[in-house]
Amino acid sequence: MATLVFVETSEGKVRKTSLEAVAYAHQMGAGVTAIVLGTASSSELESLGKYGAQKVLHAADSKLDHPVIQVFASVITKAMQDENADVLVLANSSLATPVGAKVAVKINASFASNVVELPSAGFVVKRSIYTGKAFSLVELKNQKKVIAIKKNAAEAKEVGGSAQVVAYPVSLNEADFNTKITGTEKATGDILLPEAEIVVSGGRGLKGPEHWGILEELAKALHAATGCSKPVSDMHWRPHHEHVGQTGVKVAPQLYIAVGISGAIQHLAGVNSSKCIVVINKDPEAPFFKAADYGIVGDAFDVLPKLTEAVKTMK
Amino acid sequence: MKILVCVSHVPDTTSKINFIDNGTKFDTNGVQFIIGPYDDYALARAIEIKEANAGTTVTVLNVGLADTEPTIRKALAIGADDALRVNAEPTDSFFVANQIAEHAKGYDLVLMGRESIDYNGGVVHAMVGELLGIPSISPVMKLDLDGTTAKMSREIEGGKESVEASLPLVAGCQEPIAEWKIPNMRGIMSARTKPLKVVEPKATDVSVNVQKFELPAPKGAVKMISADNVAELVTRLKTEAKVL
Ligand SMILES: Cc1cc2nc3c(=O)[nH]c(=O)nc-3n(C[C@H](O)[C@H](O)[C@H](O)COP(=O)(O)OP(=O)(O)OC[C@H]3O[C@@H](n4cnc5c(N)ncnc54)[C@H](O)[C@@H]3O)c2cc1C
Repeated sequence: MATLVFVETSEGKVRKTSLEAVAYAHQMGAGVTAIVLGTASSSELESLGKYGAQKVLHAADSKLDHPVIQVFASVITKAMQDENADVLVLANSSLATPVGAKVAVKINASFASNVVELPSAGFVVKRSIYTGKAFSLVELKNQKKVIAIKKNAAEAKEVGGSAQVVAYPVSLNEADFNTKITGTEKATGDILLPEAEIVVSGGRGLKGPEHWGILEELAKALHAATGCSKPVSDMHWRPHHEHVGQTGVKVAPQLYIAVGISGAIQHLAGVNSSKCIVVINKDPEAPFFKAADYGIVGDAFDVLPKLTEAVKTMK
Repeated sequence: MKILVCVSHVPDTTSKINFIDNGTKFDTNGVQFIIGPYDDYALARAIEIKEANAGTTVTVLNVGLADTEPTIRKALAIGADDALRVNAEPTDSFFVANQIAEHAKGYDLVLMGRESIDYNGGVVHAMVGELLGIPSISPVMKLDLDGTTAKMSREIEGGKESVEASLPLVAGCQEPIAEWKIPNMRGIMSARTKPLKVVEPKATDVSVNVQKFELPAPKGAVKMISADNVAELVTRLKTEAKVL
């Protein structure tokens, strides 16, 4: 019995969350076959072996370079059959989660998303629910299973194996191209918020978009992505994709630094999976301090430049 | 045009989450329920489309037990024309999707939130699309109609994707697709008499079994650092928290 892992690439590179999915499947103990769709370099494909894949199916058809969800779902469904796989593992993402859901319907599999730990006996998985405020333990009863794992559910650790890369020819069904991707727009900034290891976020306490420079300076020094609270993006001080929280991006970085954010429960819901939270706020009563690991009571305009300086000196 | 908006009935975003009966049941004590915030965006966009296109009707659908009816009435007060409640507990994404698909045929647009904020499955739209054999797109931040084509913008990791598809289709919505609407007095009055039909669920094999709920381990106390000694924070993040 094999486990199939859907591995996503971005600009020719395997995404870190997909490496976590491969590592997760490896830790589950069964043989791991990864599948990559669209153009990818052979070195990237081979590197999956280091994280535990034994075999890598590569469907190199350039029609797969623009990921149409329905098309991907059909290709992966076929691969599940060809590989005789019972379990499909993928990383929660805007592409993989709906693909996994469609595959689950097609093959009558039990489905779980936001999975945070390896399955326990009887195939019980732990899911994050209530936007990070709780967990549920869910038994996946069908013989076939599709699991979408949450970021950090497994560490992308090198286990030192090597993978056999196999060309995987596909015959695509025209009817599956039922959505047309007419363009993609890359967000500004080099570090993507959902995948960043460090996030520096600003709230209404920064008083206006013209003051974001001091926050960006700190982010730059830390190689961090920038985020913001909802009112900040509602007022168009910052782009919408930076909005963190219950109704925005959920982040799970190593370090989350919140500056001038009060810590409303809806904001906390998007950051409560962070490993370490630092709060800088001039109000000692700000609710965010209760959810923080480290806190500084102070004026952002005074503390931020000092913090950036201290980070630079440390390096 | 006919629009179906699927709404979840979920604890208010400020609710404290607790479980009773040995962690097997959600504690509703003192919890306010609301229309799922993402579903609320879907509803708002549906009403906008209705207002801009004469002859458009908006139906709301909820899979839930009788206690969800105030939430459904609120959706009617916001401007939906009629409502359907599938009388069942929404325990699992596939179960809910299967119920929705049963009633979604014949609609040009099936809108819902990108995810419910209780179970956060985030896949009902994809499953409904699969079951009906029509396109499904999520999370949709912009949706404009051009004849029978929908032009959408979808959030992807690190950016946006522009997508087009022909109707009928399913869209999982999120902001800024529209602004939440607040019911006015007239809406609230008229909602009382709008039709709300209740139907029994379609038999569906349950493929998952929720055994138990858990709360995260409580957080340790915050360590405060003086604003006059910011460098200490950097040191502690490096040596103590080991995140730098
Ligand atoms: C259904 C729903 C969903 C929501 N979803 C989200 C969500 O996903 N994400 C989200 O963020 N919000 C969300 N909200 C909004 C949320 O309730 C709060 O209103 C919001 O998070 C507050 O943003 P803020 O902390 O930036 O602003 P404020 O609450 O105004 O706080 C500003 C903070 O800055 C501090 N401050 C002021 N000046 C300074 C200074 N010079 N230096 C340092 N600190 C200073 C103040 O002490 C204060 O604590 C949602 C609300 C609802 C109803």
